Amino acid sequence: MSEGLVTVAYIGATILFILSLGGLSNPETARRGNLYGIVGMAIAMLATIFGPKISGTASFATLLIAMAIGGSVGVFAAIKVKMTEMPELVALMHSLVGLAAVLVGYANYIDPTASFYGAEKTIHEVEIYVGVLIGAVTFSGSVIAFGKLSAKISGKPVLLPGRHWLNLSLLVITILLGRWFISVDSGMIPLLLMTVIALAFGVHMVMAIGGADMPVVVSMLNSYSGWAASATGFMLSNDLLIVTGALVGSSGAILSYIMCRAMNRHFLAVIAGGFGTEGGAPAAAGGVQPAGEVQPISAVETAELLREAANVIIVPGYGMAVAQAQHTVFEITKLLREKGVNVRFGIHPVAGRMPGHMNVLLAEAKVPYDIVLEMDEINEDFPETDVAMVIGANDIVNPGAQEDPTSPIAGMPVLEVWKAKTSIVMKRSMASGYAGVDNPLFYKDNNRMLFGDAKKMLEEVLKGLQG
Amino acid sequence: MRIGVPKEIHAGEKRVATTPEIAEKLVKLGFSVALEAGAGEAANFSDDAYREAGVEIVGDADDLWASADIVLKVRAPEAHPEAGIDETRRLREGGHLISFVWPGQNPELMDKLSARKATVLAMDMVPRISRAQKLDALSSMANIAGYRAVIEAAHHFGRFFTGQITAAGKVPPAKVFIIGVGVAGLAAIGAAAGLGAIVRASDTRPEVKDQVKSLGAEFVEVDYQEEGTGVGGYAKVMSEGYQKAQREMYARQAMDVDIIITTALIPGKPAPRLITAGMVESMKPGSVIVDLAAEQGGNCELTVPGQVVVRHGVTLIGYTDLPSRLSKQASTLYATNLLRMLEELCKTKDGNIDVNMEDEVIRGATIIKDGEITWPPPPPKISAAPVGATAAPPVVIKKEEKKPLLPPAVQSGLLLGLAALAFYWVGANAPAAFLGHFTVFVLACFVGYMVIWNVTPALHTPLMSVTNAISSIIAIGALIQVSSPGVMITILAGLAIALTAVNMFGGFWVTQRMLRMFQK
Repeated sequence: MSEGLVTVAYIGATILFILSLGGLSNPETARRGNLYGIVGMAIAMLATIFGPKISGTASFATLLIAMAIGGSVGVFAAIKVKMTEMPELVALMHSLVGLAAVLVGYANYIDPTASFYGAEKTIHEVEIYVGVLIGAVTFSGSVIAFGKLSAKISGKPVLLPGRHWLNLSLLVITILLGRWFISVDSGMIPLLLMTVIALAFGVHMVMAIGGADMPVVVSMLNSYSGWAASATGFMLSNDLLIVTGALVGSSGAILSYIMCRAMNRHFLAVIAGGFGTEGGAPAAAGGVQPAGEVQPISAVETAELLREAANVIIVPGYGMAVAQAQHTVFEITKLLREKGVNVRFGIHPVAGRMPGHMNVLLAEAKVPYDIVLEMDEINEDFPETDVAMVIGANDIVNPGAQEDPTSPIAGMPVLEVWKAKTSIVMKRSMASGYAGVDNPLFYKDNNRMLFGDAKKMLEEVLKGLQG
Repeated sequence: MRIGVPKEIHAGEKRVATTPEIAEKLVKLGFSVALEAGAGEAANFSDDAYREAGVEIVGDADDLWASADIVLKVRAPEAHPEAGIDETRRLREGGHLISFVWPGQNPELMDKLSARKATVLAMDMVPRISRAQKLDALSSMANIAGYRAVIEAAHHFGRFFTGQITAAGKVPPAKVFIIGVGVAGLAAIGAAAGLGAIVRASDTRPEVKDQVKSLGAEFVEVDYQEEGTGVGGYAKVMSEGYQKAQREMYARQAMDVDIIITTALIPGKPAPRLITAGMVESMKPGSVIVDLAAEQGGNCELTVPGQVVVRHGVTLIGYTDLPSRLSKQASTLYATNLLRMLEELCKTKDGNIDVNMEDEVIRGATIIKDGEITWPPPPPKISAAPVGATAAPPVVIKKEEKKPLLPPAVQSGLLLGLAALAFYWVGANAPAAFLGHFTVFVLACFVGYMVIWNVTPALHTPLMSVTNAISSIIAIGALIQVSSPGVMITILAGLAIALTAVNMFGGFWVTQRMLRMFQK
């Protein structure tokens, strides 16, 4: 295959990738979109493999074996993974992209066939340097994110003293190493040093971020893995890599932005570390403590309330994923819908541990996607709702965000469940959520608390509805 | 302790202070319950039903009163000289009485009860705080009155409530105007809207606007600035200027609507006169006014308390016994309120009550303690209305708003300038080959930006996994190096290929698996 044909194939692959992402605008076209992606990837791979750059049986053997091993591992993981573990899988995959970028960068640097002179050489070396840098940060950051998501590492933010200064000095060192790397002929030592620093930086950055900020971290790493691919593209003068990396990078960046907006937090503040640690007053001292009586409710009474309701909105949170309660939720939904109750779901953008996490869990449980609505779509319907059921969520339904300007989460958009005639909060205990803010919702007159494990309680509610 | 429930002696009163279902719960609390024979009949609860619930039926009223430690009643004790009955005389010396009492309107009754060394809890004096809502009998009764008011209005109104288009012609919907959006007003809005009428409502307290709207009614505002929320969630008397604007608004509504339901009350004062004779005259013939404030003098000038009269072709309903007209429902709710009160009094659940004057709710309701008049109670401290200021003085907010260093316009200008500088630097220094790639990169970022904003939030997880899969395109970088000389490069490239293959196959596969789950 000639160079020209390969280029044309790459253009085709680029278009297919864009169409693939475009298809995700709607669940109906999404599967076709994924197929576009697969076809695009196949075209790109085949064009490269049969292109002029690869020759010799040894090369083919190497790449085939490597692909077979990697491919079977990937397929195995994709089949085995539980939907609640999607964030972990995604984080792990980010780390692989990051590591691959590092390896490709090193391979490219030691490749003797590449010959550049003058400004081109400098630019090429900068590209290698940046590519390895981003790749290494993505790799170690993703590994830590994976550890946090799978609870192998504590979800609590680990805050080193003077960590901002530490980060800043790491950055300065990285720049100095970069100058050294460019100025000498054999820059292996600065490159290795920088890789170590970048790895440490990735670890340090993600360690400082708390569990519920994970949606931001996961999408940020998604973005980084894209930029790593883009940098590799510059390094290899390959437009397909540049375009694909840019697509992925902007996708992750937009997701991070959406997540931050949903928490009313600044991106830098999230990256800089956990809640309430940023020189602010401790959560307990800020604002008026909600007072009043919490009114518990039993599963049987909940079932009665649901049966008599005409409109029900269910608000799921991370607690539902932890308790694996989505299937029971669906059973209840099905039963209620058969009885003519209008059941819908309200999803907060940061519910769960990654963007869209709740939607996937509900889809897995066969909840039709047209009754699963976004916060903005459903928020004004709460006043006409008879029962709003909150399953394992806390901060995203905290009225304090709107009513109490001193609250640490003031201004964060929240689902206004308290405007429903009755709201039921399913919770293990009265412990406060991730932000450490007491939730005035629990003390509202129209709120009832259903204490206990979400799955067990929902099963009892289901029994109550069937009986 | 023994609870006695006598038959109500007020003429036309059909309610009873406990129901068989509630009596059973009272027994569970440790009380023994006795009922005067036939007390529940008017509310459709037979003596047999009570007996099944473990209630002792007592034939003679005097015996019942004499043997009871606690007497539960609906109406305040009354005297019927001609029948030789005086309920206060029947009450045992040192006994307990829980019922509606209206201490402000009945000073004589208070003296009589005090003389009996009684302890009296008035259900109408339960403070209006969140914790006491479950024993707020006034709200229960107001709810019923509001509903019944609409039913009475419908009964006297010569048309449908809902609009219809029939073969015999078009029927316009009835227009209902509700004055005063308390519990009764809200119940009336709900009932009238449920029947299909066009409902409007007005209140001096602006915070009820949302409640009105949530029930599907229109909130009519008075064109005058004044806040009408008084202490304890009730309304207060408004200024002259406001009242004038309000009268004008009522006059306009009166000419337009078919039914007016008034529920305006100010505690301890006669009901405000809102609907004048002139307004009644201006209404269409056949219109109906239901005056829920009739007992306190009426919101309408022409109301005759307790009666239905027709003036200027408008039917004026002044019933003062609306809850009693729904006797079964009213009894059930009232009995529940009483049960909650007894639960508050009997925290130990051993059938003994403790009138704890430290408890805010019990303190408010207790108007006579062991013969000593304790009414009026100190004013309520907490209100259901947003009186946030009662909490400790707000903590000085330490969390300083981080002010941006520069105004936004300057900031964005600065950003633009920096971007322009960066572009200038790239253009001035970079070789042509790089610039070609750079163009592609910048354009691709914009394409990505446009495409990604179109992705529905529900598919954000599949988006991440699919972008993961396509970022394995980095494999190309490894592929073209496989053939380069040097074992080290081959190993590095092979490893990179294997890693990216995990993403490539795994990412697309899991995306497909997820997308297959999204079903309508």
